[in-house]
Amino acid sequence: MVIDTQGLSFHFGNQQVVKSLSLQVPEGSIYGFLGPNGAGKTTTIKLLLNLLKTDEGSIRVFDKDLQTNRISILSQIGSLIEQPAIYLHLTGKENLMNRALLLEVPESRVDEMLDLVHLKDAANKKAGKYSLGMKQRLGIALALLPDPKLLILDEPTNGLDPNGIIEIRELLIKLVSKHNKTVFVSSHLLAEVERMATHVGIIDHGELLFQGSINDLEAISQPQVKIEINNTVDAANLLKKQGFTITEISEDTLSIPYTSKVQMSEINALLNRNNFQVFSIQKVHKDLEKLFLDITQKA
Amino acid sequence: MKGFILSFRSEFYKTRKTMAFWSSILLPLIICLLLFIGFFSHSDQMASTPGMELWLRFAGAILGVMGSLLLPMLIVFIGYSVNNIEHKSETWKSLFSLPIPKWSVYSAKYVYAFSLVVLCLGLFYLFTIGFGNLLSVVKPALKFNEYHIESTLAQIYFKLLLSSLGILSIQFLLSLLFRDFLKPMGIGFVATIAGVILAGTDWKYAYLFPYSAAMSTVKSIHPGAGGKGQATPQLTVDFFTKDILVSLAVAAGVFILGYFIVLRKSVK
Repeated sequence: MVIDTQGLSFHFGNQQVVKSLSLQVPEGSIYGFLGPNGAGKTTTIKLLLNLLKTDEGSIRVFDKDLQTNRISILSQIGSLIEQPAIYLHLTGKENLMNRALLLEVPESRVDEMLDLVHLKDAANKKAGKYSLGMKQRLGIALALLPDPKLLILDEPTNGLDPNGIIEIRELLIKLVSKHNKTVFVSSHLLAEVERMATHVGIIDHGELLFQGSINDLEAISQPQVKIEINNTVDAANLLKKQGFTITEISEDTLSIPYTSKVQMSEINALLNRNNFQVFSIQKVHKDLEKLFLDITQKA
Repeated sequence: MKGFILSFRSEFYKTRKTMAFWSSILLPLIICLLLFIGFFSHSDQMASTPGMELWLRFAGAILGVMGSLLLPMLIVFIGYSVNNIEHKSETWKSLFSLPIPKWSVYSAKYVYAFSLVVLCLGLFYLFTIGFGNLLSVVKPALKFNEYHIESTLAQIYFKLLLSSLGILSIQFLLSLLFRDFLKPMGIGFVATIAGVILAGTDWKYAYLFPYSAAMSTVKSIHPGAGGKGQATPQLTVDFFTKDILVSLAVAAGVFILGYFIVLRKSVK
């Protein structure tokens, strides 16, 4: 395990923010750390980076205890916490140069990173004048600068446009598949995590509700086919007769568990053949709230 | 040690384009330049003044404000600037998640703030000597060249530096703890005024209050203490007076205390 925590707990005053958390992040994984805002994700990340002192429990990173091996562990981690920490009066390049100086990384690596996050043209612009997305990309460049074995990223796609989100996702997948890195990435968007993670941990109110591989998650977060149709009751009856399970029915829509694209097209054809007016048919993911409900009900 | 050197270089890299750094250079330059212009334009009134008195008036003009306000306020500002750069950019968390010992990060920042004070006082010294000598060249009527104040003035500035260490540690810690300008600035300002009053009124325990040290230092070397009427009066600087020893003790104590506060502090 790259990260292994046992019974990790943390309080802010009287409020317990992290409750007996046991995270297991395997090597070579993209671990999606999922939870709504305020669930304790950032606090957990700060504990993993030794920025907050653990109240109870232990943290092992690269099979070493974090408390006693702080420097050697941190030297293999690149991190981005909350909004990126950037000196606004320095240019993008100077921010990277400053970090390179501290970590004794050659200047050529700075240019590589600027290129990687598409900030070459804005390299000499003050970071204070960057857009949120550019700041986020600079933050990711800072995290990647020392070529760390483990990347810990807190909501890295915050503020990025759809293109930026796809780029970051592809970059993370490439880092893991080609460069043998491990990525620990937090998010409050289930769909985002599902698209890239190999492993998932779900946290709410400081408690780990679920931990497992992405396949385990899919078993719980079963996507649905949502059909917008003119006569939902008759359509539901027809589908039932054909052996489909109806999970939800309302005035305008009905939902069926998703199995495959082909099945979606078959349903569409079936409804059309029987003179139903299908206005839309799409695959939808459960929202996080519903997923939490399902997980807690199962537990 | 490597972490300390890297952190120190990074401090310079980060601040080299900021007011914190440039004020340490511009402040002595502007003040000494203004004084130069003042002496230059009133040179005829001072043509008969002996060299030593000229130097005392020239250097004393700076030292007077230095002890009462300039030095403490400069330290308040430097202490604030080197810490605010991290508060403002929310970079404490990234600074403390680097593979560099916290002790190195903390002490490099403190030593860097101290270096800015050294730089500023050093430049005050150099510009005072430089502009004084320049005056005697461009206005030969001003007999600055008749007296050599270099060594005495160096001692005075060195003592001022020692006297400033206590305040530096306190202000550095305040600025580390509070992210807004008003708290460290307000506390520093009130304490400086109190210090000036205590030292100015010769309160017998003024030496225990670090904010009085700069003022006490300037008072102790006032020419009145020299020897009026003597043919060649001498200025003596006694380094390790009680106020300086207190300033050094406070500096060391607060510096170490600050480190333990940093260790325990949660990084937001």
